[in-house]
Amino acid sequence: MIVEETQSFTYSAPDHTGHFGPYGGTFVPEILIPALEELKQAYKEAQQDEGFQETFRSLLRDYVGRPTALTFANRLSEYYGGPKIYLKREDLCHTGAHKINNTIGQILLARKMGKTRIIAETGAGQHGVATATVCAKFGMECVVYMGAEDTERQELNVRRMQLLGAEVRPVTSGSQTLKDATNEAIRDWVTNVQDTFYIIGSVVGPHPYPMMVRNFHCVIGEETRAQLLKQEGRETPDAIVACVGGGSNAMGIFYPFINDKHVAIHGAEAAGEGLNGKHAATLTKGSPGILHGAMSYLLHDDDGQIQLAHSISAGLDYPGVGPEHSYLKDLDRVQYHAVDDKEALAGVKLLSRLEGIIPALETAHAMAVLPKLVNEYSSEAIIVMNCSGRGDKDMGTITKHMFT
Amino acid sequence: MGIFLTNGFPTKEATLPLLQAIDQGGADFIELGMPFSDPLAEGLPIQHSSEIALRNGISMKDAFSVSAAFKKQSDTPLLLMGYINPVYRYGISNFCRDAHSSGVNGLILPDLPPEESEMIREAAYKHNLDLVFLIAPNTPDDRIRETDELATAFVYAVSMTGLTGTTINSKDAASEYLERAQNIVQDNPLLVGFGIKSYEDAMKLSRYTDGFIVGSAVIKAIEALWNDEQISLDNKLQSVRNLIASLKYGEQASVA
Repeated sequence: MIVEETQSFTYSAPDHTGHFGPYGGTFVPEILIPALEELKQAYKEAQQDEGFQETFRSLLRDYVGRPTALTFANRLSEYYGGPKIYLKREDLCHTGAHKINNTIGQILLARKMGKTRIIAETGAGQHGVATATVCAKFGMECVVYMGAEDTERQELNVRRMQLLGAEVRPVTSGSQTLKDATNEAIRDWVTNVQDTFYIIGSVVGPHPYPMMVRNFHCVIGEETRAQLLKQEGRETPDAIVACVGGGSNAMGIFYPFINDKHVAIHGAEAAGEGLNGKHAATLTKGSPGILHGAMSYLLHDDDGQIQLAHSISAGLDYPGVGPEHSYLKDLDRVQYHAVDDKEALAGVKLLSRLEGIIPALETAHAMAVLPKLVNEYSSEAIIVMNCSGRGDKDMGTITKHMFT
Repeated sequence: MGIFLTNGFPTKEATLPLLQAIDQGGADFIELGMPFSDPLAEGLPIQHSSEIALRNGISMKDAFSVSAAFKKQSDTPLLLMGYINPVYRYGISNFCRDAHSSGVNGLILPDLPPEESEMIREAAYKHNLDLVFLIAPNTPDDRIRETDELATAFVYAVSMTGLTGTTINSKDAASEYLERAQNIVQDNPLLVGFGIKSYEDAMKLSRYTDGFIVGSAVIKAIEALWNDEQISLDNKLQSVRNLIASLKYGEQASVA
């Protein structure tokens, strides 16, 4: 798709029907349409309700611990010998990743709408933990769907959710991973639509979720602007890098810079064992299709059957991607790179040794894009990488691959 | 009465004789399900039948060949039912063309609500395919009216907020909603489906509709029959004929 570059072009997706160009939309069973209408209305009101916004901001400040730091990675910058590299420290959020920005926003909406029961899907368990956390904080019933295979791989997070009072339901249908957990959460929602609010964990799903989740995470990019101004005397960096599974941390840091044309934006998706083998590189290797309520790039076969994704990082192990990323790829506004399991592991080690920060395996995919960028910029330039989460949850996987 | 069958279930070879048995049993139309890897409106029976069909190697093209073979011998309307992604991937215009040339009469796509249906309406019209849209107990009156205006063939009333094959908790609530829908739907017949397991269920729920649809109950019965190796194929098919007749006319009915 070619969009004419003019001075006046201002990015304003999605349109009022929830489409990002051809992507997004509302591809759901009829039962969910009235629920989505109700959600759209409630969200619209919340956006204009200063009381709601103040509650959201104060929880981000006093409970999540925002603003998160913007850390100058001096040894990492020296290592590459090029531009200054900054890390936006979402790993310092309560529960260890950016995910909680969104679950706070959505649970406030659920309460406003009078819903009494919360459901969520989770892959690695980070969104599940972030959902269970806010449900505990607000005293709400919480059911988390998780692929049976993931409940074994990520047992620590299962225990955390249970300790927080959530019921974790292992999903044994299909491939028993995130895709199937999402199917099962949608089936629960179809069945219990009257009293249940579905807290979706990424910028995926039917409208208004991709827009709403992005907006709840925009605080990441907005803080980055303010912090750069204070620390470097300029509001915008030369480049931004973030990892993309569904793509919520990426949209959170990208979106406030979308209309700053001089800022180069880069996303890192999972190439798994390699692009010719098992991978999760939806934008690089996929084609448009419809899954979980929206049109986006997908990994599917010639008959439209969804294929299994693979990544060492359970959080990127998904055969779809947010519709907005699909649109930004077609617009050529964001460059998407495919990073394999080995490069991600190397990224974990590098950031740990040089900066004393153990990143999540998801985040480590963004690390691997840095060497491709550093030569393009002078030492005056600034690159911001979104450090979307911390790596404690991945110690089992990391140990297995790095120390044995 | 409409009957649903998953293409390629329980075996690839069984689909055509099953379609014929369902037809002979008294189905007024048949919905042939195109299996999808992620069928999110389905309860366990149809999820399971879809998995088996995909494992049997069923493809989109098979839906056309079996439809054509069935329509060669029967005028009973045949609709294809499935999720939008395989149709989109096939190419919407090509899909409608091939469906029409296989004798298919219409399409039911449960994850393609009216607001997203523009992508297929023109191609369906061009190839003379009816488009069925669904309503649910929580669909507001205005939207039922708009759905009726867009639908051709019939309006599919989902009996409850739930998945296919689950139990209808309150038949009173369902009746109340169906009566409301009956007063609004003017352009099309109104048919009810989801959770209808017997003639008795059908009679209760179709008081306010022009007919009903059975899917999961038939799928479960077929699965049980095919799991029993003692029964001959002829007897299995006869049991299916009898089941369809009993859903339509009550337990006493049988087909010679």
